[in-house]
Amino acid sequence: MSSKETDGGVVEDRFPLAGGEQLQRKRLYGRLFVGVCLAATMVGIVALVALLADVVSEAWGWLTWEFLTYPPSRFIENFDPSMYGDPETRPAGIYPALIGSIYLIIMTAIFTLFLGVGAAIYLEEYAADNWLTTLINANISNLAGVPSIVYGLLGLAMFVRALNTGSSLLAGALTLTLLILPIVIVSSQEALRAVPDSLRNASYSVGATRWQTIRNVVLPNALPGIMTGTILSLSRAIGETAPLIMIGAATSMFVPPNGPLSAFAAMPMQIFDWARQPANEFQHVAAAGIIVLLSALLLMNATAIYIRNKYDTPT
Amino acid sequence: MSDTSLGTTTTTEIDTETDDEAGRDFGSEADDEMAPSIATVRNPILEAEDLVVQYGDIQALQPVSVGLPEKEVTAIIGPSGCGKSTFLRCINRMNDLVDAADITGSLRFRGKDVYDDDVDPVALRRKIGMVFQKPNPFPKSIYDNVAYGLRIKGQTENLDAAVEQALKRAALWDEVKDQLDSSGLNLSGGQQQRLCIARAIAPDPEVVLMDEPASALDPVATSQIEDLIADLAEEYTVIVVTHNMQQAARISDKTAVFLTGGQLVEFDDTNKIFENPEHQRVEDYITGKFG
Repeated sequence: MSSKETDGGVVEDRFPLAGGEQLQRKRLYGRLFVGVCLAATMVGIVALVALLADVVSEAWGWLTWEFLTYPPSRFIENFDPSMYGDPETRPAGIYPALIGSIYLIIMTAIFTLFLGVGAAIYLEEYAADNWLTTLINANISNLAGVPSIVYGLLGLAMFVRALNTGSSLLAGALTLTLLILPIVIVSSQEALRAVPDSLRNASYSVGATRWQTIRNVVLPNALPGIMTGTILSLSRAIGETAPLIMIGAATSMFVPPNGPLSAFAAMPMQIFDWARQPANEFQHVAAAGIIVLLSALLLMNATAIYIRNKYDTPT
Repeated sequence: MSDTSLGTTTTTEIDTETDDEAGRDFGSEADDEMAPSIATVRNPILEAEDLVVQYGDIQALQPVSVGLPEKEVTAIIGPSGCGKSTFLRCINRMNDLVDAADITGSLRFRGKDVYDDDVDPVALRRKIGMVFQKPNPFPKSIYDNVAYGLRIKGQTENLDAAVEQALKRAALWDEVKDQLDSSGLNLSGGQQQRLCIARAIAPDPEVVLMDEPASALDPVATSQIEDLIADLAEEYTVIVVTHNMQQAARISDKTAVFLTGGQLVEFDDTNKIFENPEHQRVEDYITGKFG
């Protein structure tokens, strides 16, 4: 805005270096904006810290080794560490759901790596640049935003019913794979795209085939990015509840799954089950379960960051 | 910049670093009227006949007919966007990686048209190596960089000897013989480029193409590369694209001059081109009146 035309011969025109009223007003706006942004940041952080503090204080004294290694119970006394020695009770915990979640995530990781990385390699390295590829790419991006309950319905129809897997570990893993596949494909595509073409050319120019180039040059350079994206997606999958409810997974199991086709419970559902128990002390048990789930999640994220930092090659 | 933006092999590579072919106004009438003056060489290893390259509607190469001599250094010079890189990339069919490139005419390597249906570009590139403008070693060890071309051919024996020989020919052995396991990226720019040359000659090609191999290097590294090119011509046919006319004069036996419009205007002994060119436009270019 030109002050000459709007304000006529105001002070700042004669003393341009003095700043003047208009400039000070702009400064004030700037400071206000910083304040708003800081407040927005603080709301998020304070809420998160408050949540964590609440969960930790609830779980304090309830999260024990026995909690990790014993199956759950309907009776709250069994969870109480002060009762562990009592001949009338036995310790209780999250063990079957913990093992169920670990199996679930391992199977999901295997399916996702093959399907997701395979699709990304095809779309980035092989597919012709035509309308079909564009359409597929656009649809994959859209699928990333589909609510997880919808994938649960799909899993119920496709795996539980049509493929007759029942409400098994396999059905759960396949459903979670569908859920995170779009994100894994997109992040893998980005990792592949980040490999400089000069390296591809170097490989082709000494007589490498396309597959040799992908295998020896493109994939090794894209792998840290692919792994990071995949692990972050998996840590989203480990906390999913809705699709598992939809495919009919058990909320609480007394034995861990013993094969891909056996029934299973996963940690989020076990926590949900505890949280809705009428006895008040079960809130402590649920909180302890949340700590276990969050720890698994943070561990996975830390692994992703470690991989990214370790293999991030300078170019 | 163009390295990262051209992520996929489907989005095409039209070497934007060296020649800005796309979007240029090709060919003035003066160029079209100029009859090319092409000296013939005896027993050429490479022979182009009416070779034409088009990227979509843009004609990057006017019909080019020329024979290039064996075991000599041929320099290809010309202003930006004149098609010299395009011509170079036709020879080992790197242009195949560009979807939009449409190539007609013939280009014979030892009498065999490299664009015949029964020619596998992968096999061709094992005979015709290439060095690029920007040093592009793999983020692997020095040893693995040099051995790369041998390994993808399936060679598993005598790798040590072959790597040593290639590094010696690339005048890099003495500098790196104690650190073959360290990353190629730890080397200086000039060393990286010599590593790339070692990688290109390790599979023992007959022709080495170089696309402005020294333009990203400092003067000392440049002169090392230039010395190396002269040595390489004892074993290989070397074809060098360069922006730098003094460099072309120093290192080459033959020189081909492309002018704007993708036309090969003159090809002859380097001395002849630089001392007494046939065309006024070539003389103007060489003396720096344009380009």
